[in-house]
Amino acid sequence: MSLNPAVAAGTRAVPRRRNGPARRRRAHGRRSWTGWAFVGPFLAVFAFALIVPIGYAIYLSLYRQQLIGGNAFVGIDNYKTALSDPQFWASLRRVLLFLVVQVPIMTVLALLAALALDSARLRWTPLYRLSIFLPYAVPAVVASFMWGFMYGTQFGLVSRLRSFFGGHFPDPLSSNWVLGSIGNVVTWEFVGYNMLIFYSALRAVPGELYEAAEIDGASQLAIVRWIKLPALRIAIVVSLVFSVIGSVQLFNEPEILHQLAPNTIPTNFTPNMYAYNLSFAGQEYNYSAAIAIVMGILTVIIAALVQWYGQRTERRGTA
Amino acid sequence: MTATTEKPALTAGRRPPRLARRAAGRKRHSVVLNILMTVMLLYAVLPLFWLVVNSSKSQTALFSTFGLWFGGKFALWSNIHQVFTYDNGIFVRWFANTVLYVVAGAGGATLLATLAGYGLAKYDFPGKRAVFAVVLGAVAVPGTALAVPTFLLFSKLHLTNTPWAVILPSLVSPLGLYLIWVYAAEAVPTEILEAARIDGAGEFRTFLVISSRLLGPGMVTVALFTVVATWNNYFLPLIMLSQPNWYPLTVGLNEWNSQASTIGGEAVYNLVITGSLLTVIPIMATFLYLQRYWRSGLAAGSVKA
Repeated sequence: MSLNPAVAAGTRAVPRRRNGPARRRRAHGRRSWTGWAFVGPFLAVFAFALIVPIGYAIYLSLYRQQLIGGNAFVGIDNYKTALSDPQFWASLRRVLLFLVVQVPIMTVLALLAALALDSARLRWTPLYRLSIFLPYAVPAVVASFMWGFMYGTQFGLVSRLRSFFGGHFPDPLSSNWVLGSIGNVVTWEFVGYNMLIFYSALRAVPGELYEAAEIDGASQLAIVRWIKLPALRIAIVVSLVFSVIGSVQLFNEPEILHQLAPNTIPTNFTPNMYAYNLSFAGQEYNYSAAIAIVMGILTVIIAALVQWYGQRTERRGTA
Repeated sequence: MTATTEKPALTAGRRPPRLARRAAGRKRHSVVLNILMTVMLLYAVLPLFWLVVNSSKSQTALFSTFGLWFGGKFALWSNIHQVFTYDNGIFVRWFANTVLYVVAGAGGATLLATLAGYGLAKYDFPGKRAVFAVVLGAVAVPGTALAVPTFLLFSKLHLTNTPWAVILPSLVSPLGLYLIWVYAAEAVPTEILEAARIDGAGEFRTFLVISSRLLGPGMVTVALFTVVATWNNYFLPLIMLSQPNWYPLTVGLNEWNSQASTIGGEAVYNLVITGSLLTVIPIMATFLYLQRYWRSGLAAGSVKA
């Protein structure tokens, strides 16, 4: 609702109150094709780079390459294969496990950091804000190199730790730990980004609310619970959507660490890696397209759920 | 007025009461909070410190000295020299490719998103609701999900192995459009547009002379998002390009890294590490220089989603 331009403009049109609403209605009611001139170029590229590939992928997923006679229409066979493919399920289970562990840890860390930044009890707030946000600018490739080399037993670090602890220090790239090690890379990359989303939302809370709370003698914890967390609600939903999508689509970090740990990070480690390797190592384009579509649908469902949740909370907030 | 109390986001950017509170409150610094945040700061900075330290080591010293401190001969300059000259200076080519992809891809994406976001915020036109629905749905669909299908389509059109294969998909930023749309609704008052219309200015002239200036901070935010995204892009160019001549830095560095595990390949970890440092420095400099705009723009976008 707040996104409606008329509302935003309306809060400023107080002096001309009498003819204000009429003007607004006319401005808003001016339906013409002019808007298309602005939106058109974006939509053209959007269609070419997004809509057409989706359509092409759906088309591909309904066919199968045959040794003789080219492509044959097979209906939903590729989808049936995907849903009964243990390799695909293994990859899906892995990213879902990753999701339920890594996303909450990162979100809570980001939330705590944002609350700390906003508490006015830090000595160098800008220093903390900038340094923790900095990893966001580091390419996933470089982040994976850095952490991967530190994890690796060849390069000084973990091997030193292991000899120091007499072998009791776990190998981060062993099969038990590798998912957590990837989670650490992803957390490192994005915790500051999420912190900043939360911090920006906290900065938008009007000061009167805090003044009122202080007059009422509210404790810091009560202020966090009853003012700050409610103010963060929508920002949390937004950040969760992006984190969840990022987890489901995990690719870069495991793909690069794969070279350091080919045995513990198989080529079907995540659904995206599986689809990629089906296409580029196995030439199974049709099946790979079906998996891409399944993952796309899954992502859209999750996004729709969260959007629906976000709208529900907003409506309740205005009521 | 009710709108302002229920939707604090509308007053974002103008918060004198809050500043007054900070000055008057005079809160004590919390030792515990400072220590906890210092731990997080160290966590964030540690790998970057590792990168700087290890850029100064030769290939042999990388394996023989302690990872978190300088050791062996100080080889940073010779490493840098090697990075730029190795394999006929292919690194310079990768750097130039990356700059091309960023300027064309991120620049174009910012431009398209600004025009479209502004159009959605300020005009009413037939089919607008459909555009809303499609684009908002697309915010959720990340590039990686479509990378393989896009590759298949582009190879049919003989676009793979050309810069277009990387630039075209980078031009679409639904998130950027969304941010500008939210930002324009607030930053460009409809009254000003009405006034310009009454004065007889055309719609595009109004956009260029008035609106584009008001949209400045929002555009910088989108530019930063898209610049970081294209500079760091890996999956898309990895799929689209098979000739090293067109690689961006990310794919090129990974090619160097994988040399060690290929038969007959020469391990050049010192070049991978120093090359990584040289890849990170420009994007971080840009990032630190422009991040204040980023923050204010994000505030507008994130709160009201």
